[in-house]
Amino acid sequence: MGLLFISPWIIGFFLFLLYPVLSNFHLGMTQYSGFGEPEWIGLRNYQQLLKDPLFWTSLSNTFYYVLLAVPLGVAVAIALAMAMNQKVREVTLYRALLYIPSIAPIFALAMMLIWLLNPRFGLFNYLLGLLHIPAINWLGDTRWSKLAIVLVAQFGAGNIGLIFLTALRAIPARLYDAASLDGAGPWKKFWYITLPLLTPTILYDIIIGIGLGLQVFVPAYIMTDGGPLNSTMFTALYIYKNAFEYSQVGLAAAVSGILFIINVVLAVTIFWSSKYWVNYHLE
Amino acid sequence: MEGPIQTKRSASLQPLLSRIFLIGMSLFYISPMYWMLVTALKSDRELANFPPTLWPHEIVWQNFDQATRTFPFLSYLENTIFYAALTVLGSVLSNFVIAYGFSRIKWTGRDLLFYPVIASIFIFIQFPVNPITMVPMFSFFARLGLVNSFLPLILPTFFGNPFFIFLLRQFMLQIPADLSEAARIDGANEFQIMYRIILPLARPALVVVGLLAGVNAWNDFLGPLIYLQNDKLYTLSLGLTFFKTMHGIQFNLLMAASCLVVLPVIVVFLFFQRFFIEGISLGGK
Repeated sequence: MGLLFISPWIIGFFLFLLYPVLSNFHLGMTQYSGFGEPEWIGLRNYQQLLKDPLFWTSLSNTFYYVLLAVPLGVAVAIALAMAMNQKVREVTLYRALLYIPSIAPIFALAMMLIWLLNPRFGLFNYLLGLLHIPAINWLGDTRWSKLAIVLVAQFGAGNIGLIFLTALRAIPARLYDAASLDGAGPWKKFWYITLPLLTPTILYDIIIGIGLGLQVFVPAYIMTDGGPLNSTMFTALYIYKNAFEYSQVGLAAAVSGILFIINVVLAVTIFWSSKYWVNYHLE
Repeated sequence: MEGPIQTKRSASLQPLLSRIFLIGMSLFYISPMYWMLVTALKSDRELANFPPTLWPHEIVWQNFDQATRTFPFLSYLENTIFYAALTVLGSVLSNFVIAYGFSRIKWTGRDLLFYPVIASIFIFIQFPVNPITMVPMFSFFARLGLVNSFLPLILPTFFGNPFFIFLLRQFMLQIPADLSEAARIDGANEFQIMYRIILPLARPALVVVGLLAGVNAWNDFLGPLIYLQNDKLYTLSLGLTFFKTMHGIQFNLLMAASCLVVLPVIVVFLFFQRFFIEGISLGGK
């Protein structure tokens, strides 16, 4: 009886997850333009990828993004949660303001950022100018372009911030009271009570963040289209371009398969490592 | 003596520091929205000013009018509403039934089968289309002749989403099992229990799923980009790309159009704020 109720999910699991994931490896061994029939070519796509500098660039860009965006995302989300947890009367107002950007469409935020970061007319450079920092060509300079994409993602942190807020509230007040009696200051309390008890949520955020980071697409597609000089050519964009612009469907599937494996390996590694750093003993 | 005095001083200082922290962060987070609105209301001439004016000195409401005539706004709005509405229907329906099976009925293997649900969350972070599965799924739907239809975007929502299943399961596990037992003793079958007893009780959680699914469809860019190649079918997200021309971008018009796309999301949020906040928090437990 229970199986009957969950049967839509079982069908969905096979059709929308298992089938495409396995198919990536099958299609990845074909030459396929999207029309006609795929032609079996064995491992040639993978050999071609190994030699394609752009593939390696896309992977290193993606890793760069993940390594920067994930830790920063955790820090920002915790900061947001602590802000949302302040005991002031109008906190619900702030909570709404901090949360709203995370449900706003990312494509609209990305378009906004193109303007905000405009080297000549942008507000951002103007504000930096007030601090005597010279103008930066954010989206046109390979040193800054990835950073700009990481910045967009931070506006969506309100969602995960709320999850951290729930975790913060679950921490018993008596722990802080006891620490106060022992003379611990706010920094010590954060370091020895708050942070260890947030580790389960941090684990969740890291795993979700890695998935999001490896799949980052929309901001790069809209803001830079992979440029300048391929500095924001992330793997997802590389997949998209090969499949839908260059008619290299087989090659794109091969890359998707590789991205899937990377995602699983990273998620499993982090999950396995969690027994060394995640604290599950609240009570 | 020293202790109590210190606490007293920090007690009066605390709300002030909190507010400075909160206002600073809120300003930063709301700045893109603010700048979107301000830019939308500026004239072409004022747009070219440097340093930029922090609010429009001359408000040009016509930008909104002109923006909606730069691309077929109303028909794209219609497409977007269509996509979002069917996504809400599919998500609420399927995830409710699936989560019911994972929480309200006892059967062997239930909790074992729940592991793959959890594990697949990270693939389905972007839903219904994500870079890992999009190439084979596109080939699949192309063979069925379904490119340039909304079906590839809507169909997956009728087969459950791991995050929503998780959310609803959490919620339904909190409903006392006695309620179902009592109904079973009275001779109700599983469908009757689901429909008459659990459905009304699960309504707040279903509203959350409907809201999140609807907003997700409204905000979807990758899905329409791939499947809706005929510009009659475009959603608002794709419509905004009309403003990117060879001569550059007319930012005041683009931002006016963006405001119109973002506004419904914000209105829905303000109406259902409690549901959003509590729903997401439920996912954190």
